[in-house]
Amino acid sequence: MRKGIIFKGKLLPLILMLPQLAITGIFFFWPAGQAIWSSLLREDAFGLNRDFVGLENFAEVLADPTWREAAQNTAVFALSVAVLALSAALLLAVQADKAIRGSGLYKTLLIWPYAVAPAIAAVLWLFLFHPQIGLIGRALNAAQIAWDYRLNGGQAMLLVIIASAWKQVSYNFIFFLAGLQSIPRAVLEAASIDGARPVRRFWTIIFPLLSPTSFFLLTVNLVYAFFDTFGVIHALTQGGPAKATETLIYKVYVDGVENLNLGASAAQSVILMIIVIAMTAVQFRFIERKVHY
Amino acid sequence: MLRRTLARSAAALTTAALVANRRAVAQGAPVELQFWHGLTQPLGGMLEQIAADFNNSQQRYRINATYRGGYAETMVAAIAAFRASNAPNIVQMFEVGTATMMAATRATKPVWELLQQTGVNINFDDVLPGIRGYYSLPDGRMASMPFNSSTAVAFYNKDMFRKGGLDPEAFPKTWQAVAEAARKLKAAGIAAPMTTSWPTWLMVEQFSAIHDIPLASKGNGFGGLDAELTINNPLMVRHMQNLIDWHKEGLFRYGGRDNAADGLLPSGECAFTFASSGTRARILKEAKFEWGTAMLPYYDDAPNAPLNSIIGGASLWAMNKGPGAGRSEAEWKGVAEFFAWLAKPEVAAKWHTDTGYLPLTRSGYEQVKATGFYKQNVGADVPIEQMLRGGGVLTENSRGIRLGGFPEIRNIIQEEMERAFQGQQDARTLLENATRRGNVVLRNFERANRA
Repeated sequence: MRKGIIFKGKLLPLILMLPQLAITGIFFFWPAGQAIWSSLLREDAFGLNRDFVGLENFAEVLADPTWREAAQNTAVFALSVAVLALSAALLLAVQADKAIRGSGLYKTLLIWPYAVAPAIAAVLWLFLFHPQIGLIGRALNAAQIAWDYRLNGGQAMLLVIIASAWKQVSYNFIFFLAGLQSIPRAVLEAASIDGARPVRRFWTIIFPLLSPTSFFLLTVNLVYAFFDTFGVIHALTQGGPAKATETLIYKVYVDGVENLNLGASAAQSVILMIIVIAMTAVQFRFIERKVHY
Repeated sequence: MLRRTLARSAAALTTAALVANRRAVAQGAPVELQFWHGLTQPLGGMLEQIAADFNNSQQRYRINATYRGGYAETMVAAIAAFRASNAPNIVQMFEVGTATMMAATRATKPVWELLQQTGVNINFDDVLPGIRGYYSLPDGRMASMPFNSSTAVAFYNKDMFRKGGLDPEAFPKTWQAVAEAARKLKAAGIAAPMTTSWPTWLMVEQFSAIHDIPLASKGNGFGGLDAELTINNPLMVRHMQNLIDWHKEGLFRYGGRDNAADGLLPSGECAFTFASSGTRARILKEAKFEWGTAMLPYYDDAPNAPLNSIIGGASLWAMNKGPGAGRSEAEWKGVAEFFAWLAKPEVAAKWHTDTGYLPLTRSGYEQVKATGFYKQNVGADVPIEQMLRGGGVLTENSRGIRLGGFPEIRNIIQEEMERAFQGQQDARTLLENATRRGNVVLRNFERANRA
């Protein structure tokens, strides 16, 4: 085997890498470093009094029952969003991949929700499910089903899960569709000739061959549910009622921006950063082994 | 070539700017003052009009009034700007941010000091006591400039009162009578007779003031940062338990936090609501029925009830530029002159009648009364009369609230109320939890702001 071409000197590669390094440094390492530094301080909102308190903020956050509640909410929320968004997208992708009339139109329409901003998406759902002004909300109440997500925590959670998952279905759909189209037709035809029914073909051929896509999407969806759903929650429930839909990222916002408790908020975001790094590492290390490429 | 052109034009621009600047200084160009506010339209436009009138009235100062999002966003924006040494000269701060601003002594200049330093005179003696008390130091010196103050009142649907066989001209005075009225309305087929906006402000803060019971020790926090919540008291427990029971019975509808319930009365869903007096404009616009305004109810077996209600709304704070950056004398003077403009009787009266916010002074109220305004706008004087209820003499409990981190405490109480309405806890647990969690906020604030 021939050795690859080796560039002489270190300057050129460094210069070529510089833009990327600069972006990573400015937009990731710098703010992350600032968050770590703030998490070790206790200061007033105006930054006039500042104390170095070591890990005290972390100890307080971890001992705080409302933080643990938010962690539980986040687990329920992220898992539900990922499962719902992935399964719905897979179902839709499999259907749209079939030779049906107007499949191009379906595909286009299914991709649209991805272009909707989270806050707008939330408002759309609000217009559907608001107990006073929402179409479905009013219908539910008229049918004697007590629907009020502003007081019922379970209903509130359900609503933010559905709204967040709906936003993510389009993204997953594109990837699943691409994954489906890259499966060789010959394999499927051979299976058909052997007498395998569609369901069996799906579970024994399509699903395993889709696993790299699914694995990638699982990671992306969990990260989405952890971080990008702030807008949906903020517009729909503001973390309420009684903190029922307060996820970790939302709590970071509430404590930092609303309550001006910067140390606690920074400590929480550092913990969140560690959780997500760990989660991604675990996914790549353990789950990836089971994936057929 | 391109580079040279760029460099040359940059140089030209700099020179032009310098020249312009020098010329401006020579001609005595107005001192630019930034004023950040948190009022949406149409109120924000009216506020900006006041600033424009001030600018037109003189040449020396120019107030740039800009909208920075709601109250909470404006507060956060001003604080962030201060940390970046770019704070506005004046910021509008909601009443619950008062303690936070006051504790940041290096970030703000109290109004009394501002006036003393600049030699501008504003007479605060005549300001409505409830407004004055809220924004002054324990010794009576003003900390911030009162601007848009509201209070809370009851609004009710007279048509529904008729339907329920109640007197449409007499809203029940006591909570006992309120419950009875709600039962009658319920029997007449109104699914959710009663609701409230701003659950904490109405049912805890106003309630405590009206009944002359302390919300926190140290005179509701006026006496120092080491105050503790005292909301876990028998009368408060009784009232919360009533609300929880009424909610269960279907008499009371929890309409959400802050002003989320504002729409329930005008839409015809609820027969009466307790809300900010500023909701009047919305009800005027949206309600398609006959409605009335009334004072907040009370328990008549409480010894000192009813006292005056307390205010909401916002005041104006004069801010320093940043932790290490000061302001020129001219800037402070301009801020003081603008505050004096706001306190002028005709400006204050116009603001009051245009917006429905409380008049600033008692004499201003009398003047407006003399014009017959309240005869044409029935009910517009109820909030003012309620502010003067109990003789207009404030007690330690009806003066206002001065607690650090109070926006957070408000949310904590709302959360615990939500838990109770969900059936997870009773009134005693609600108030115990709220007190415990609220005190943590107070201790954190005390620690972060120790001198």
